[in-house]
Amino acid sequence: MHKDNEKMKSEIIRRSGVNPSKCMRCGKCSGTCPAYDEMEYHPHQFVYMVESGDIEPLLSSESLYKCLSCFACVDRCPRGVEPAKLVEAVRLSVIRQQGANHLTANDIPEMLDPDLPQQAIVSAFRKYTK
Amino acid sequence: MQRIGVFVCWCGTNIAGTVDVAAVSEALKSEPGVVFSTNYQYMCSQAGQDIIKDAVKEHNLTGIVVCSCSPRMHEATFRKTAAAAGLNPYMVEIANIREQCSWVHKDMLTGTEKAIILGKAAVAKVNLNTPLTPGESPVTKRALVIGGGIAGIQTALDIADAGFPVDIVEKNPTIGGKMAQLDKTFPTLDCAACILTPKMVDVAQHENIRIFSYSEVEEIGGFVGNFDVKIKKKARFVKEDICTGCGACVEKCPMKKIPNEFNLGMDNRRAVYIPFAQAVPKVATIDPSACNMLKSGKCGICSKVCTAGAIDYKQKDELIEEKYGAIVVATGFNPISMDKFDEFAYNQSRDVITSLEFERLTNAAGPTQGKLLRPSDLEHPHTIVFVQCVGSRCDACAEKGKEYCSKICCMYTAKHAMLVRDKYPDTEVYVFYIDVRTPGKNFDEFYRRAVEEYGVRYIKGMVGKITPEGDKLKVQASDLLADKQLHIDADLVVLAAAIEPDKTARPLATMLTASMDTNDFFTEAHPKLRPVESPTAGVFLSGTCQGPKDIPETVSQASAAAAKVIGLLVKDKLTGNPCIASPNELMCNGCSSCERVCPYGAITYIDKEFPQPDRTVAVRRVAQVNPAVCQGCGACTVACMSGAMDLRGFMSSQIIAEVDAICK
Repeated sequence: MHKDNEKMKSEIIRRSGVNPSKCMRCGKCSGTCPAYDEMEYHPHQFVYMVESGDIEPLLSSESLYKCLSCFACVDRCPRGVEPAKLVEAVRLSVIRQQGANHLTANDIPEMLDPDLPQQAIVSAFRKYTK
Repeated sequence: MQRIGVFVCWCGTNIAGTVDVAAVSEALKSEPGVVFSTNYQYMCSQAGQDIIKDAVKEHNLTGIVVCSCSPRMHEATFRKTAAAAGLNPYMVEIANIREQCSWVHKDMLTGTEKAIILGKAAVAKVNLNTPLTPGESPVTKRALVIGGGIAGIQTALDIADAGFPVDIVEKNPTIGGKMAQLDKTFPTLDCAACILTPKMVDVAQHENIRIFSYSEVEEIGGFVGNFDVKIKKKARFVKEDICTGCGACVEKCPMKKIPNEFNLGMDNRRAVYIPFAQAVPKVATIDPSACNMLKSGKCGICSKVCTAGAIDYKQKDELIEEKYGAIVVATGFNPISMDKFDEFAYNQSRDVITSLEFERLTNAAGPTQGKLLRPSDLEHPHTIVFVQCVGSRCDACAEKGKEYCSKICCMYTAKHAMLVRDKYPDTEVYVFYIDVRTPGKNFDEFYRRAVEEYGVRYIKGMVGKITPEGDKLKVQASDLLADKQLHIDADLVVLAAAIEPDKTARPLATMLTASMDTNDFFTEAHPKLRPVESPTAGVFLSGTCQGPKDIPETVSQASAAAAKVIGLLVKDKLTGNPCIASPNELMCNGCSSCERVCPYGAITYIDKEFPQPDRTVAVRRVAQVNPAVCQGCGACTVACMSGAMDLRGFMSSQIIAEVDAICK
């Protein structure tokens, strides 16, 4: 593995607390993912690409923001790999690089919609803030 | 004074790589009692043993110290060598300078220093060794097999055929176990009942076999060759010796809505029932939780229709006490509960079933008479999805499943899928797999046939969730090779549930003092070389109680266990371990501390007369150790407050001498 990739991999692993080598490649995360069709890289691919240090393509992918952070993959993974946490860690490294939050608590009230589930608000914070 | 010989082994480079063996043998030469010291490449080899034998003769040795591997490895070897040279075998001590020294040290200096210290301790101990003679105990020539599935049946038949009496204890009303519930068996597809029931009949008719059905083991005492077992024969409220199994009572019983365990609750049985047509013993059983007569005294129809007069509402549980020389555990397995797997909707839809339920659904004696109909509306399913590895291969911390591979699921799923395509070619069959594991004779060929000849669609990926919608099951899954998420409208979903040891195994292991792993599978004495024996002497393992197995493997292990049992039962006497506890009666104060801590029940107290200096006789309460029961664990020696209890071969004085030698 290239040194830069190695470094990025260990950074993502440290930040997420996820051990991608626990994955047994069953694909249950992608089988359960409700945003599957919206994503360029699917949950099982996230895990595999982080494991092999191939993180560069993930950084520029829209998939980072398509993940609903519903954590269904985390709940159902038979190996306890927690793919959504990996997605989040990759996303954070992008947001941090740009050096700005995309969302502050003050922005929330005007965006609220009575039908919006609580989980979506939490998810938005996960996706657009440090 | 002892004349001690020290023999330091190189074990090739295993020891000599990190320990200066010449320095060790040199250093030990000057220890008290040592008259000879040498080193050699492989002490356990014939040439090495000859060095020991020659030295015993030449130097008139009375004690031997071998600095080598763990005593678990070669203590027996060197004891035999000593005996061959005319020494008492218990005059041999092993200093473990491999596992506890060379293997854990990298540095030659520290390794050598530690090896010398360990050698000195062993020399100090041998100086206090005394010759020991093992006792003998008789062998009860009868075996007990716990569990009456195919494993227990095969073990019992093999032991009985060798001429020894065998008792089978089965908790259900009939023997047969899980195999009796199966439809066909892979990879030859012969019908399970057709090959199992003749064996069940053999068991029933064998003059050396007794079956205690509807019975459970209550208590186990004793030791190898001499187990005392209490068996509870539960009241079945039918006199077993009179009942002809005609079924008239079953037909007339008005309680018709009791879930039928044999068909996994997919149909109903009566309160009085015979599990299946070929049950052995073919005797009715009354379920006391369902029978009106037993609950409220109002009914009694079965008693009226029974022409043989076999019904006995007053029957009580019966306690049977019997002695056995050997015990075989064959407690088997169950599929795990699907309750925690919400994503597969097992509890939401009757059309999501386990593979064992599928077996009953395709069995001619099952709830649908062998027609494949889905449970909810008894319609023929046109799209069937099989999900593999449900609850198997889960992470250790995942609460829902098991860490291990259940081993049998790949093959039975291929069988199910193949049989469906064979009988109902209009059915679409999908199998979602993570890996297909088919290491077995003709197993991979079988799986390939399912794909190539029968057109079963194997998809690499896992089902993520199942949602019942109308009369369909919406299956969402990943197809990893096509990199797609699939949505399939299925009529029936079959889950290959992981298997786990039967719940009765854990309390039984406690009664047997047999060890288990964290998954409640019984541990074998050695994973490779003693796979059918438990580490507890006289206890043997047969079938899935030891780990997941298919039928051929179970039967092989069952016969292997039987061979081991026969090897034990043909002996007239067993040689015991002489390293057992012995009390100094003059020091014993009769406090009972040792009796309370003894895990084997080897200690009893007696009132004994002691002559006094004034020629009177005093009666004192003192401890007695049963040498046949004592296992030499040493718990009593620690508990004894007056220091009266000592362990032969491991006397307190010897242990202290070892510690002194190390600390010097």
